[in-house]
Amino acid sequence: MALDGHVPGGPLAEKWDRHRFDLKLVNPANKRRHSVIVVGTGLAGASAAATLAELGYHVKSFCLQDSPRRAHSIAAQGGINAAKNYQNDGDSVFRLFYDTIKGGDYRAREANVYRLAQVSTSIIDQCAAQGVPFAREYGGTLANRSFGGAQVSRTFYARGQTGQQLLLGAYSALMRQVAAGGVEIFPRHEMLDLVVAEGRARGIVTRNLVTGKIRSWVADAVLLCTGGYGNAFYLSTNAKGSNVTATWRAHRRGALFANPCFTQIHPTCIPVSGSYQAKLTLMSESLRNDGRVWVPKQGGDARSAGAIPEADRDYYLERRYPSFGNLVPRDVASRAAKAVCDEGLGVGSGRAVYLDFADAIQRDGADTIRQKYGNLFQMYEEITGDDPYTTPMQIYPAVHYTMGGLWVDYNLMSNVPGLFVLGEANFSDHGANRLGASALMQGLADGYFVIPYTLGGYLAGAQLGGVDENHSSFEDTEKQARERISSLLAVDGSRTVDDFHRELGLLMWDHCGMARNAEGLTAARGRVRELRDDFWKNLTVTGSGGEFNQTLERAGRVADFMEFAETMIQDALTRDESCGGHFREEHQTEEGEARRDDEDFAHVAAWEFAGIGNNATLHKEELAFENVQLTQRSYK
Amino acid sequence: MSDVDITLKVWRQDGPDQKGRFETYQTQATPDMSFLEMLDVVNDSLEEGQKLPISFDSDCREGICGMCSLVINGVAHGPGEGTTTCQLYMRSFADGDTITIEPFRARSFPVIRDLVVDRSAFDDIVQAGGYNSVNTGSAPDANSVLVSKDRAEEAMDAAACIGCGACVATCKNASAMLFVSAKLKHLNVLPQGQPERRERSRAMLKAMDDAGFGHCTNEYECEAVCPKEISVGTIAFLNREVYRSSLVTSSLAPTVTGE
Ligand SMILES: Cc1cc2nc3c(=O)[nH]c(=O)nc-3n(C[C@H](O)[C@H](O)[C@H](O)COP(=O)(O)OP(=O)(O)OC[C@H]3O[C@@H](n4cnc5c(N)ncnc54)[C@H](O)[C@@H]3O)c2cc1C
Ligand code: SF4
Ligand code: FES
Repeated sequence: MALDGHVPGGPLAEKWDRHRFDLKLVNPANKRRHSVIVVGTGLAGASAAATLAELGYHVKSFCLQDSPRRAHSIAAQGGINAAKNYQNDGDSVFRLFYDTIKGGDYRAREANVYRLAQVSTSIIDQCAAQGVPFAREYGGTLANRSFGGAQVSRTFYARGQTGQQLLLGAYSALMRQVAAGGVEIFPRHEMLDLVVAEGRARGIVTRNLVTGKIRSWVADAVLLCTGGYGNAFYLSTNAKGSNVTATWRAHRRGALFANPCFTQIHPTCIPVSGSYQAKLTLMSESLRNDGRVWVPKQGGDARSAGAIPEADRDYYLERRYPSFGNLVPRDVASRAAKAVCDEGLGVGSGRAVYLDFADAIQRDGADTIRQKYGNLFQMYEEITGDDPYTTPMQIYPAVHYTMGGLWVDYNLMSNVPGLFVLGEANFSDHGANRLGASALMQGLADGYFVIPYTLGGYLAGAQLGGVDENHSSFEDTEKQARERISSLLAVDGSRTVDDFHRELGLLMWDHCGMARNAEGLTAARGRVRELRDDFWKNLTVTGSGGEFNQTLERAGRVADFMEFAETMIQDALTRDESCGGHFREEHQTEEGEARRDDEDFAHVAAWEFAGIGNNATLHKEELAFENVQLTQRSYK
Repeated sequence: MSDVDITLKVWRQDGPDQKGRFETYQTQATPDMSFLEMLDVVNDSLEEGQKLPISFDSDCREGICGMCSLVINGVAHGPGEGTTTCQLYMRSFADGDTITIEPFRARSFPVIRDLVVDRSAFDDIVQAGGYNSVNTGSAPDANSVLVSKDRAEEAMDAAACIGCGACVATCKNASAMLFVSAKLKHLNVLPQGQPERRERSRAMLKAMDDAGFGHCTNEYECEAVCPKEISVGTIAFLNREVYRSSLVTSSLAPTVTGE
């Protein structure tokens, strides 16, 4: 299959403008005749659904939660980037583009990233007009902060609740369109499959999570805005409901899955405290501005943190990275924490390092620290029972974000015509590593400012006649969805869904997590196959399909993770280089840093489904860098 | 700290129209466990014994999505102050404690199953006017409208509402006034919210009535359970809004004339 990203011609800075002019328009009267399914109501889905309805399309919006406002985007804390350059500190569209490409370790498509940086400025305007209560300066202008090691202050924020406030903005726009009749919402509905008819994505099959009713829906186009797959690892910072089902099912129907092994591990999360652990909590990255990371120099040092003298402490980030110190990027900080714990120097459970504020408190006073981080300290104490003003925090890396996702072209359309993928669910903009505060930006860019144009371009030229709910594809897909539910219920074993999920997660974390190698990956692939077989033999799902049944919901999602995990491993194994969040131990510099192989791997790896248990087929989209110089990152 | 033995009395109800009942479970919990993890463990053992697990809602498990609910020992979101159920930890309980767990009960929040309720009435209220009518693309440069820091903070305080419904569940009238006033205040204090200020207040209050929520009689129980510590002063703000624009709504002073 020839993979064409459909990147428009012309200079980088002019591509989007030219393309918008070249795209065919759907005339206003015709828009009313087109229907669109939007799955997901996070920043990507809510913004897309609202905006498309404003333009006149008929939109059906689906989500798992009881209200669209509760999508996982709500949990984002830190902020959203935009190249406004309000601080006059040297930011520009090109700089945001450059930082994103470089941060992604040169594994993203230049044209998409440039467009993202371009439209970022309009996002802030739109959100402010919606009433998003961004932080302000005394003069009434918008405040910014620098985030994730960026050298400019381009991050906009609303206390520690930026995701919530942006989502409430998009949700309010969505509710307005519901009231106006342009959008119908279907909360507590799960997409079980994609319907492809006559070569185009024409609908979905859903299960009503309250009644258990399975049915299909027809439309002229389908937008998947279903978020990331971090919960393949069971434990992650993602919401419990985050899953891979929608994108995986679309993949099984022909959509290519790109770079599935690119996952981001966040360095500052609260460590696992027991086998009952259900999810992990992120502590804001901003803590590294004042906290110092260390471990005891001697393994098994039984003294309390305060009793360990300076001479017996290893401030390993400051030691290894004298110029960036505690502020090295997420992937570097994460791997360093793993390395010291692997050496047996971890504290607490052995899988934790200290993040110590004692020096900052002595320097600035407890009040200043309280002003900056009071709510985070409180949250930490609530969860762990320890007071970070007197005892250093314990932190450990956790799975946080997935850069991989369904392959899309410049128009955000997958290789299946009519199937568009937005937000974290696609692979498009972050390469092998995402910068802090850029996921919110991408979700809203896709939904507010990209899809309204590119969807029109598709619909204006597509021959859509002759397909309705009675088309055999709908009947077949719906039947298969029912059969799958029945087979989950029929297993009749004794092991619970969560137990399987936990084992899969641990396996992935150990072998396809922060550091990977060929041997571990190969072994993990075998184990995943065994575990999947066991799942279909020994699973127990109580209750029936025709009722509210949370166990059944989870079983379906875990079944898909079991299939997906193998593709993730295959991708990690095939990408025989290190880049960004993908660290292959075989490929590191003498100092233990990731070593890229631009000659052989400056491409997007897009996988085609070839049946369960079979190797997926690889398609490459070569990445051309015409506007940036490929450099090796160094944080020494 | 060592593990604690806990007795749970949990509301079980098979469906919206079924009669519910309390069932008793024994479990052991570690102090570092969250309350919902404790329930996960109970569910895991129920499932292993081929028994139906307890249905309850949750998603973010960090106090921001508003999906979790539960009335724990008679208190919506349980004993912690300014926290949601998912932010409650078992170290708040002692060995031998009995914990009663019920759903958020309110006329407008019908039970779906066990501890899961339908809060879509909140979406209906927001649809009535909880937005600024700005189509995508039509916004001016964000810094062209200045908002004083105090104003922005005030709006943010109100916007912190996570729409969980604890205020309704705890109110003896099952009133949604704290939720509605928070939503209104967020938009009504900002310059961007001015053009639709009156109509928004009118429409959202009417929608609240239509959805069957009760009247506010200043009991102030809502403030005590609100996980985001939205103050009852927000309701006072709403009352002033109503007075200012002389709105008629049955939830509030019935004396004013319409416009
Ligand atoms: C704790 C945390 C903090 C973060 N902080 C930041 C930050 O400060 N800045 C930043 O830029 N990024 C941050 N991120 C990342 C960012 O929040 C996410 O990447 C982004 O919000 C994803 O948005 P989305 O719209 O793509 O998907 P989501 O918000 O995940 O929404 C997915 C939607 O799809 C629905 N869905 C999923 N599957 C199905 C199905 N099968 N059927 C029906 N519906 C389905 C869900 O119900 C939901 O509505 C953070 C992430 C986490 C976990
Ligand atoms: S006002 Fe408080 S209690 Fe009521 S819905 Fe909002 S956050 Fe929940
Ligand atoms: S689960 Fe999200 S607030 Fe409790």
